[in-house]
Amino acid sequence: MLGMHHALNSMLTDILLRVIVGGALVSIFAVLGDFLKPKSFAGLFGAAPSVALATLGLTISRQGSAFAAIEARSMIAGSIAFLIYALLVVLLLAYRKLPVLPVTLISLSVWVGAAFGLWVLCLR
Amino acid sequence: MKPATQPSALLQTTWHEYFSRFLIGGVVTAVAGVIAHKYGPVLGGLFLAFPSIFPASATLIEKHEERREKRNKVSAQMQGRRAVEMDAFGAAMGALGLLTFAFLVWRLLPVFPVAGAHWFHGRVVLGFDSCLVSLGILKER
Repeated sequence: MLGMHHALNSMLTDILLRVIVGGALVSIFAVLGDFLKPKSFAGLFGAAPSVALATLGLTISRQGSAFAAIEARSMIAGSIAFLIYALLVVLLLAYRKLPVLPVTLISLSVWVGAAFGLWVLCLR
Repeated sequence: MKPATQPSALLQTTWHEYFSRFLIGGVVTAVAGVIAHKYGPVLGGLFLAFPSIFPASATLIEKHEERREKRNKVSAQMQGRRAVEMDAFGAAMGALGLLTFAFLVWRLLPVFPVAGAHWFHGRVVLGFDSCLVSLGILKER
């Protein structure tokens, strides 16, 4: 009972800490993107490793470097999926003239498909 | 065009927009952690490269560009879309940087121990823990 309570407390701390650290890092990189021009340069910060920095710091401190290294290897697949996602958004906006919000949100399904496809093919 | 700063762009963003970005980033980071905890680091690691900043920023860029261009009486919608297109191209280049970052962390982390890990756990994680206990969010262990 005490052990379960301890695990629950630890998980709640972990989630809250991730929300604060992750939110802060994502906000910092987003502000950097706003602050800089031209947009093609500022866009680099749209792919900044904000979630990774927040997650890896906490993962190393809690579960060790080996666990974090495995996460980083999977992150390579996630990055390739990100590249496909961003190029698809460029193509849909440039050649199809589609509205921005639906394009950026619906294209996230391509990120999910590519990331999980790479996971099935190379990582599982 | 050379990279430059535009501080006025920061004033265009409202507190609501800053907060929504904070929330999206926080939720994505927490979900990545929960997935890694439940399904292991191989699946959880995929979400470290989830496009969390880009979709939120893209809609804001479009809105801000449209607002600016309306004053100049240029085709506002086209300018907004063009700015997002440029931003997306930059993000695609940034994804290559993200990939390099992930590769270096994967290869170097097992070789070089992270010196600050114990300090981080002792000071930041446990400090946050006791802060939650003192606020009454968590019960004392």
